Amino acid sequence: MLDTFDPDLDPTFASIDRAALIGRLKAVLPADGLLTTPEAMRVYESDGLAAYRGLPGLVALPRTPEEVRGVLLVCNALGVPVVARGAGTGLSGGALPFPGCVLLSLSRFNRILSIDPAARTARVQPGVRNLAISEAAAAHGLFYAPDPSSQIACSIGGNVAENAGGVHCLKYGLTVHNIQKLEMVTIEGETLTIGGDALDAPGFDLMALMTGSEGLLGVITEVTVKLLPTPVHAQVLLAAFADVRHGGEAVAAIIAAGIIPAGLEMMDKLALNAAEAHVHAGYPTDAAAMLLCELDGAEADVAQELSRVAEICEAAGATQVRLARDEAERALFWAGRKGAFPAMGRLAPDYYCIDGTIPRRRLPDVLEEIERMSAAHGLPVANVFHAGDGNLHPLILYDANAPGQMERAETLGGAILELCVAVGGTITGEHGVGREKINQMCAQFSTAEVEAFAAIKAAFDPKGLLNPGKAIPTLARCAEFGAMHVHHGAVPFAHLDRL
Amino acid sequence: MCTTERFPLPISTASRDADLGEALAERVKLASARGEPLRIVGGDTKAFYGRATRGESFDVSGHRGVTAYDPSELVITARAGTPIVEIEALLAGCDQMLAFEPPIFGPASTLGGVVAAALSGPRRPFAGAVRDAILGVTVLNGKGEALRLGGTVFKNVAGFDGFRLMAGALGCLGVLLDISVRVVPRPRAERTLRFEAAWPAAKARLTGLMRRPLPLSAAFHYKGTLYIRLSGPEAAVEAAARDLAGEPAPGDIWDGVRHMTLAPLASARLWRLSVPRTADIADLDGEVLRDWAGAQVWLAGEENADRIRQLVQATGGHATLFRGARDGETVFTPLPRPLFELHRRLKAAFDPAGIFNPGRLYEGL
Repeated sequence: MLDTFDPDLDPTFASIDRAALIGRLKAVLPADGLLTTPEAMRVYESDGLAAYRGLPGLVALPRTPEEVRGVLLVCNALGVPVVARGAGTGLSGGALPFPGCVLLSLSRFNRILSIDPAARTARVQPGVRNLAISEAAAAHGLFYAPDPSSQIACSIGGNVAENAGGVHCLKYGLTVHNIQKLEMVTIEGETLTIGGDALDAPGFDLMALMTGSEGLLGVITEVTVKLLPTPVHAQVLLAAFADVRHGGEAVAAIIAAGIIPAGLEMMDKLALNAAEAHVHAGYPTDAAAMLLCELDGAEADVAQELSRVAEICEAAGATQVRLARDEAERALFWAGRKGAFPAMGRLAPDYYCIDGTIPRRRLPDVLEEIERMSAAHGLPVANVFHAGDGNLHPLILYDANAPGQMERAETLGGAILELCVAVGGTITGEHGVGREKINQMCAQFSTAEVEAFAAIKAAFDPKGLLNPGKAIPTLARCAEFGAMHVHHGAVPFAHLDRL
Repeated sequence: MCTTERFPLPISTASRDADLGEALAERVKLASARGEPLRIVGGDTKAFYGRATRGESFDVSGHRGVTAYDPSELVITARAGTPIVEIEALLAGCDQMLAFEPPIFGPASTLGGVVAAALSGPRRPFAGAVRDAILGVTVLNGKGEALRLGGTVFKNVAGFDGFRLMAGALGCLGVLLDISVRVVPRPRAERTLRFEAAWPAAKARLTGLMRRPLPLSAAFHYKGTLYIRLSGPEAAVEAAARDLAGEPAPGDIWDGVRHMTLAPLASARLWRLSVPRTADIADLDGEVLRDWAGAQVWLAGEENADRIRQLVQATGGHATLFRGARDGETVFTPLPRPLFELHRRLKAAFDPAGIFNPGRLYEGL
C-alpha cells in the first residue's frame, strides 16, 4: 500500500527533537494553534482517499498569514516536512500526512474578505468552501464556475492546489481559468503576490505553476477568484443508448457540430442503475449508457441547440431522448449524477474512484478494455464520465474486509491509468496525483520530464520540505517502478493504437 | 478543407512541413556546451517586443506542420514553426478558431512566436488568453532534452503546468517544438455596435453590461466611441443587440484592433497598460485606446515612463513599453526582489547554461 513511505523510494529527512519543534512552533502560534496528541490529530490522518492513513508529527492551526509564515520559517530552519491541508476532501491522498510532518491546516482561514460585483471578483481566504463563494455571489447575480462534486465541503485553497474541475469545465474552464490573484508564503518565508488585479501580470506565469501544484510549491493564504454572470436559462436533455459506442459517437458529433454544452456527462449501465436506486431520478435503467447534456444561455438558443442535440443523439442511435420536464426534474437528473459516487455504496462496501482523461474518440475502446480488465481482476467497474472533456471516472467496487480485494483494486486502478496514458491521455484529469498516482507518473513522463518537475519544485522549495513523497516521484521510485514493468514483459496495451 | 475523418493524421498544410526536432536539439546541445547564447527566431515579426538580447540568431521556423487536428476533440497540435495564418485557415475551414485572437504582424508569424509572446486579442476578457488555451507543449530545455509537458486533453493535472509557463516567457525557458492548443467553435452570429460616449460614461455602461449574462465578445473605446461586439447563437446575439440599442458598425473594425493596425496602435512608441477594468487612471499625456473592456490600455506618445509606471501600479496593474524602447530603457515592469529571485531559479531549472534569449524579458534572466 502506498500510504507507507519508503525510505529507499521517497524523500527522507533527518529526525528532529520533537520537544524543541513544539517549543518553536508554540512561539509563533496562538495557544489553541498546535495539536500534539494522537487523539487530537486522528482526524487529520487521511483525506478523501480514506484507505491511505498515517498520523502527522504535529498539527498546526494558524489563523493569519503571519502565523503561516512563522510555521514555515521554523520548519525550514529545522528541516521538518510540511503538509498543507484544506478541507481534506481530496481523492488522491494529497493531504496524507508524511511521517513526522507538521500538518498545516488552513481550516481557520474561512472568511470571504470581499466581493466586488463591478470587477466580478471575490477575495477569499483559502479555507472558504467552494459553494459558499457562489452562494455569497448569488445576491449580485454572479457565480463561481468550477464545481467539483465535493463543492459543499471542499475549500477554495484545495481547489487551487488541485486545479479542481467539475461538471461545467467544458464551457467555463478549470480552476486555473477562474482565478486571478494569489497571496502565498514560500517555505523560505517569502510572502508573494502571484497574478494581480489586472488580467495578466509581468514575468513568468507563476499562477499556472501554483494552480495544481498540490502543496509542493508554497502555501496559499488568499485567493481572488473570477465570478461570472449567472445564465438566465438552463435545460438538460437525457439520452439513452443501447450501446456505449453510440453514446460516444453522439458526444463527438455534438462537439463537432459546434455546440459547447455547459455539462455533458455519461454514465454506464452499472453507474446509472446505482444512481437511479439511490435518487430515483427516472433514469432509463435498461440502457447501456446514458448521456446528460445541459445547455445554458438565452432561452431561445437553448431550445434551438437542444433540438439539434436531440437530432444528433437520435442519429447516433439513441433509444430514448427527453428533456427535463421542469426545473425540479432538471435538478433531479443532476442529483443522480452528482450522487453517483455515494450510490456505489448500494453495490459494494467500498469503491475506488479513478480519474483519467482520454481523447474523447477513444472512449469506446477504453470502456471495452476496462470491461476486460475488470473481468480479469474479478472486480466490477462502474463508469462515470465527464464526456465533454474526456475525463473518465471508473469506480472500482470492492470490499476492504475481503482479503486481497483492496490490493487488487489498487492494481486494477493503476492499470486503468496506464491505459489512459497509452491512448494519448493522462493519469489524472482533476483529482491530482497526490500519493495515489505517484507510480503512474513514471508511466506518463520520462526521466528528463520528472527531473524538470523536480527542478521547478526545487526553485520554490530547495530543501524539498513541502508535501514530500507526493505528485512528483523520485528517480529512484521511477527506476523501481520501471523495472517492475520490464519484469512483467511486453509493453502494456500492445493491442491498442498508440498516440 | 474540413475533414470528418476520425484520424486525419498527419495533415500537411504546406509542402515545406518538416520535423527538425533532432537537429534543433543538437544545436542547443552545442550552444550549451560552448555557453553560447541563442536568439530564438520564428517568423521574426515581433523582434520589436521585449528587451534586446544577445546571441546568435537561431531560426526555428523550419520546424513546421500541423501534426494532429480532429475538430471533434477541439484541439490542434502543430510544430512551433507553423505559420499562424495557416493554422487559422485550417480551423476556419472547420468552423473553429483560436479563442484568444492573437495579433498577427506578418504572414511569417509562427505558432511558437504567438505562444512565446502570449499576446491576446480583443476576445481575451471573454474567452481567455493564450495561456488559457494551451494544453501541452514539447520544449527543448537547455540540455537539449525534449520535454513533453501537459498533453492534448483539456483536463489534465499530472505534473506542474509547465506548458502554460511557456506562454509569455519570450523563449527564455526553452525552445518550443510543438504545441497543442484548445480551439473553439466559431460563433454562429456576430454583431458590432457603436456608442458615442466619453470614457467615464462608456466605462459605467460596460461595468453594468459585464454583470449580465450577455454574449459579449469584445469591447474597445477610442476617441469618444465605444465599440461592443456580440458573438454567439443567433437568438442571444439578436436579443442583446436589440437590448443594447447601439448604432450598427462594421465587424472588420476588430481586425484593426486585433492586429494593431488601427491608429494609435501602430505608433512608433507605444505603451501597454494592463489594469483592472474598473480602475481609474489619471490623465496620461498621449493618445489612448482602451481594449479588453478597459483592462488593456494602449498609450501612444512620450509620457514620462516613471509617471506611467507609478500611476498604473497604483491601480494594481503593470505597464509594458510595448514598442519603441530606447537603449537601456526598462520594458517590463520590474518584479519585487523575492519574485525575481524565483524567476532566476526557474530560468536556471530549465536553462542552466543561460543560453536562451538572455535578457529578453529581464536583465539577468
